[in-house]
Amino acid sequence: MAEEEQKDKQQTEKPAEPPKPPQAAEPKAATPKPPPPPPGAKPAAPSKPKGPAQEPWSSPLVDAIKERFGDQFVKAYSFIGQNQIEVKKDRIVEIMAFLRDNDIVPFNYLADETAVHWPKEEQFEIVYILYSFTKNEHVRVKTRIKEWEEIESVVQVWTTADWLEREVYDMFGVRYANHPDLTRILLPEDWVGHPLRKDYDIRLQDVEWVRKHLGIDSGQKYYVGEARDETTDYITPSD
Amino acid sequence: MEFAIDYVLIPFIKILVVFLVVSGVVAYLTLAERKVAAFIQVRLGPMRVGPYGLLQPIADGLKLMLKEDIVPSQADKWIFTLAPIITLIPAFIVLAVIPFGPTINILGRPVSLYITDLNIGVLYVLSISSVGILGIILGGWASNSKYPLLGALRSAAQMVSYEVALGFSIMGVLMLAGSLSLVKIVEAQKDAGYWYVFQQPVAFLLFFVCALAETNRAPFDLPEAESELVAGFHTEYSGFRFSLFFLAEYAGMIVASCMAVTLFWGGWLRPFPNVETFLGIPLHFLDLIPPVLWFAAKVVVFLYTYLWFRWTWPRYRYDQLMKVGWQWLLPIAMANVIVTAILVLVLKG
Amino acid sequence: MGPQHPSTHGVLQVKLKLDGERVIDARCVIGYLHRGVEKLAEAQTYAQYVPTLDRMDYIAAVSNCLGYCEAVEKLLGVTAPPRAQYIRVIMTELNRISSHLLWLGTHAIDLGAVTVFLYCFREREEILKIFENYCGARLTTHMFRIGGTQYEIYEGFQDQVRTFIKGFPQKVDEYETLLTENRIWIGRTRGVGVISGKDAIDLGVTGPSLRGSGVQWDLRKAKPYAVYADFEFDIPVGGVGDTYDRYMVRLEEMRQSTRIVAQAVEKIPAGPLMAKMSKIIKPPVGDVYHSIEAPKGELGYYIVSDGSTQAYRTRVRPPSFVNLQALRKMVAGHMVADVVAIIGTLDIVLGEIDR
Repeated sequence: MAEEEQKDKQQTEKPAEPPKPPQAAEPKAATPKPPPPPPGAKPAAPSKPKGPAQEPWSSPLVDAIKERFGDQFVKAYSFIGQNQIEVKKDRIVEIMAFLRDNDIVPFNYLADETAVHWPKEEQFEIVYILYSFTKNEHVRVKTRIKEWEEIESVVQVWTTADWLEREVYDMFGVRYANHPDLTRILLPEDWVGHPLRKDYDIRLQDVEWVRKHLGIDSGQKYYVGEARDETTDYITPSD
Repeated sequence: MEFAIDYVLIPFIKILVVFLVVSGVVAYLTLAERKVAAFIQVRLGPMRVGPYGLLQPIADGLKLMLKEDIVPSQADKWIFTLAPIITLIPAFIVLAVIPFGPTINILGRPVSLYITDLNIGVLYVLSISSVGILGIILGGWASNSKYPLLGALRSAAQMVSYEVALGFSIMGVLMLAGSLSLVKIVEAQKDAGYWYVFQQPVAFLLFFVCALAETNRAPFDLPEAESELVAGFHTEYSGFRFSLFFLAEYAGMIVASCMAVTLFWGGWLRPFPNVETFLGIPLHFLDLIPPVLWFAAKVVVFLYTYLWFRWTWPRYRYDQLMKVGWQWLLPIAMANVIVTAILVLVLKG
Repeated sequence: MGPQHPSTHGVLQVKLKLDGERVIDARCVIGYLHRGVEKLAEAQTYAQYVPTLDRMDYIAAVSNCLGYCEAVEKLLGVTAPPRAQYIRVIMTELNRISSHLLWLGTHAIDLGAVTVFLYCFREREEILKIFENYCGARLTTHMFRIGGTQYEIYEGFQDQVRTFIKGFPQKVDEYETLLTENRIWIGRTRGVGVISGKDAIDLGVTGPSLRGSGVQWDLRKAKPYAVYADFEFDIPVGGVGDTYDRYMVRLEEMRQSTRIVAQAVEKIPAGPLMAKMSKIIKPPVGDVYHSIEAPKGELGYYIVSDGSTQAYRTRVRPPSFVNLQALRKMVAGHMVADVVAIIGTLDIVLGEIDR
């Protein structure tokens, strides 16, 4: 271990000392003890019948965010040891820039950016998963946008958001403002429909596209734009 | 009558023999390449056709000849057909001056084991080989497609660049032998008592590297093997015409090996030619092996080295290839010429 | 460079903007292999979904399995028993070696060294034999289950692994003699595709590509999962961030993986193979993000559960997808012949990129 520490010190951009191997089944509250709680701890065996619940999380970072972006902050909580912050979407780029550049925990790496569709609440939840190399911490930042609203792209904060946001646009139809090149990435350019939305049935297909490009009739039962027939004849696993 | 036999019949027989033998060697060289490659790569190679795959070249030849003859629609048909022929013929013509052995007696008649002895033999070889490059350019151009053209031009540029260094590397040998005739070069090595490779090691290495580049073989095979953009000048060729290009490449390899052997490794001479004893051991037993077989053995060693290099090393990028040819090999070749000249002047008076 | 191409490791199209021989810009067109893996997750239960994930990074299928099983276990709050964890680590490290071997073979053959390809496959064959003996499949293995592993190790497993481990480091040395000091290889890879550590982090590059640029970060050490904390191994780091450094990093990683397997195979503990959990997997409402160090980089799973037997949203964070973004930066200013080398050094798998 000591040798590694020395090696660590000689390189640039070292992560913090790796945490000790997580001990089994010790419920770890997410309330802070200085220094911040070890992240990614193995979850406790659920003690409540419903399983682990969200616990409020406060830390110097959360306080700093509340201070600077008071009206944007919604809540910060921790679920099975993973810290999450929820903010409003209006000043998302500034918040992200702050998260990247602040002194408390600089999150210089965007691990992932994705979306979840909640049709009942008529909104998308955009999830950013950030990681800090120096402090070896993960955090999830979530915002909600209503359908057909636009959200600002965080490409200027982390370049990796480029393709990640293109994919969210491709799969969900979420539009990003100020994105350098918001085009479909995984599906063909002229595909109609956004597959990962909950109202896009799993057997749906852009029959027009298939007819045009492949010259065949795809034979799928449902296609974009047509209301789904209630009498289905396939079995789902929940049956 | 004597005239007819000496000047018509015998040369005709020689030409026939050389042509058949070299064609056979070219065919089996393709098999050897696959077998050597396989053994280097821990596998077996062709094994099905004939015992241990020995009839594979016949199968390949048949296949190529029976394939459908495809000519691209916009291509210039005459030049398209002519290009592989232009590449193949020089490779075979060059063999006319290479000495395979000394003058021996057959049926009471002195027969020289070379087709002819031009007193400008080396010049002949170099100039005829250059004609082969034309075939490549024509092949690329006649295909009427961007990528073969680019490949052909790259290939031609590479070959031309390395020819310069090749020429310079030969000059040292010419100075030592005092003649351009290949037969006389071998005789000069016999008189000197050792092969020229021991007097001109740098020139030999240069010659071999340049020969690799001339024949478009690894590690200089970017124009033909780099499949990322350019599939080489013979993209559009298939069937019989492709087989002609293919044969031309292997014939070129054989010619380059024969030249290397003749110029540097003593041609048909045995080791320690003209030397009776070495450290007290009489060397007459080496004379039991006919000179032609010595020549063949040396050529085989070179051919094996060609194959060995291809399957061992990665290949050079095009700009690195040109850099090596012009910035490294040419200055070294010129320096070699100057040093040899000075030494010849000093040591031979 | 069209989708049908021998050197692009799958169906990838790269549109290059050239100035003579030099590349000014490169745009990647992907999606030829998109199969809707994330959408499929919504129609399958957690256990049913595991085989689908093998098809993503089909070269290193064991890592995909490991990441997902661990993510769901995290959500459920169970820990796989130690015996299962040791088996998981051994298989994952063998999988890492086999993935790097395939990378080395294809990278070398792109640059012309054909023989290395065959030597690497000879070694890979040994590993695939072990996989086949263990779970019946060579490529898409579906080795682990949520909660542990299903299959017991077969008789002779430890001996077979030990034999392999004993002979492998010499083979790596053999590859090194063919390539590392070879001036042609160095000429083709030194200074090609340089990316600085800072740019790499900004672009989200992970895995050996990041370590080649000097950033010493490996999830196995930073956030140990499974039982990696019990083993001793080093993280190789490159200096400059060019192709040659990444090549050396991956070679060294193969040696380190051998080291881990050598340690692990000696001390597999006895015990059960599956944790005690209900047969029907119904995690609590919530979400989890778990990432592991796959051979290609950081492979992350973000699972949103709504309390039912099917995940509400499963997101796979593919390392090759994010690494491929770096291609644009790495290719600028190089020649066309280098594009092949750079695509090779990023070690991408289109199955993972397109899902």
